[in-house]
Amino acid sequence: MTRGGILSVVYFFMYLLLQVALLKKLVLFDVAFCFLYVAFVLMLPIEINVVWLMLVGFLLGFFVDIFYDSLGLHTFALVLVAYLRNYWLATITPQGGYDSGQGPTLAVNGMQWFLVYTVPLVFVHHAVLFFIEAGGFGLFWFTMLKILSSLLFTVATMLILQYLAPARS
Amino acid sequence: MERLLNFVYQYRAFFTFLVLQLFCGWLIVENNQYQNTKFFNSSNRLAANIAGFSQGVREYFALRKINVALAEENARLRTRLEQRTQSFYQLDTRELRDPAIINRFEYVSAKVVSNSTHQFKNYITIDKGQADGVQPGMAVISHEGAVGKVKSTSQHFSVLISLLNIDEHVSAMLKRTGHFGTVQWDGLDPRYTQLRFIPRHVNPLPGDTVVTSGYNAIFPPGILVGIVQDVKLKEEAPFYEIKVELAQDFGRLAFVDVVKSNLKAEQDSLETKGEMR
Repeated sequence: MTRGGILSVVYFFMYLLLQVALLKKLVLFDVAFCFLYVAFVLMLPIEINVVWLMLVGFLLGFFVDIFYDSLGLHTFALVLVAYLRNYWLATITPQGGYDSGQGPTLAVNGMQWFLVYTVPLVFVHHAVLFFIEAGGFGLFWFTMLKILSSLLFTVATMLILQYLAPARS
Repeated sequence: MERLLNFVYQYRAFFTFLVLQLFCGWLIVENNQYQNTKFFNSSNRLAANIAGFSQGVREYFALRKINVALAEENARLRTRLEQRTQSFYQLDTRELRDPAIINRFEYVSAKVVSNSTHQFKNYITIDKGQADGVQPGMAVISHEGAVGKVKSTSQHFSVLISLLNIDEHVSAMLKRTGHFGTVQWDGLDPRYTQLRFIPRHVNPLPGDTVVTSGYNAIFPPGILVGIVQDVKLKEEAPFYEIKVELAQDFGRLAFVDVVKSNLKAEQDSLETKGEMR
């Protein structure tokens, strides 16, 4: 296993523990949730095979679900994001393409690209998650409020982590 | 055949995606079924221990409040017990002599390991399980009021469906008028729930007490659910819309009591016999 692979496994458990032990309790104004674990799937290397990506997403979502007592819910949303991720990355390739061996990070690709990359995917994740949990569109505007405020919260946390992370060479 | 396999291989990403999503969909549907004993939820030992550690750290900051609440409850119970003894001094009814009725409800005290209030479907994990006689379907109360129902159990932990769960219905009644309806959360504010199916001719008022009805033999009768906060009656609607302020503040739930209803089997079997006629 390469250095990157081992690091990924460590990150997997770090994101999981952070999510279920700390962020699960961190709800702002009763509506803004922080589902930071999505960042794990989003930050994996660009060249990764989409099948592997989905399996990893499935595993992480499943573990998160065990703690949230919502078997299948987070898994569903995360596998969807994992499936869409590579297509979205291909769509928004910057001029000259991606540098090989680099992750889709803020440091490499810049703020504007990073937001274009993360915001739609995180939105899809949250939308799927909250609407399935609400069991339909009965509480449409309240659910929408939850989705948008959580989107802000999650993306803001992801940005902070991007600035904190040491620039890997 | 070979072309089919080639086709599948070529679109393997999509097919893997499809299989995984179908599996998740099945899990979601399966998880929404009512009571069951399952391994993959927060009642499994590892998950409960991690959640318990996280709760334990947070608990230190609330210790003083929890202590005060428990001490107050002790004092209140002692007063109640004394009043009871005094008032029953000269009575001699069957309710006082039949041990089956006296011991109708047993209580198992449990500590909350994990709790949520902000989702649409909230669950609570507690640290008592099958080893302590907790079974799916039992009611759970606290000293402030009704809390929920046991959904699934493992050896040493249980998962409860909180009253703050849009799928949970509890039979309740207006204490003043005696009319009963169903308490069901609307998913919006964790401090308030809804009392539904109170018919037009009743006159509920803000300030009325809502208690469990005891009609389904799960909750003991007369457990406080909340206080009526707001009453609305729409033109042509058959039932009132009643907003109830919950007696239990779910945000700071620390200790709960699981209610073992010893006569539940008897009452249920009698009621199903009645239905078959």
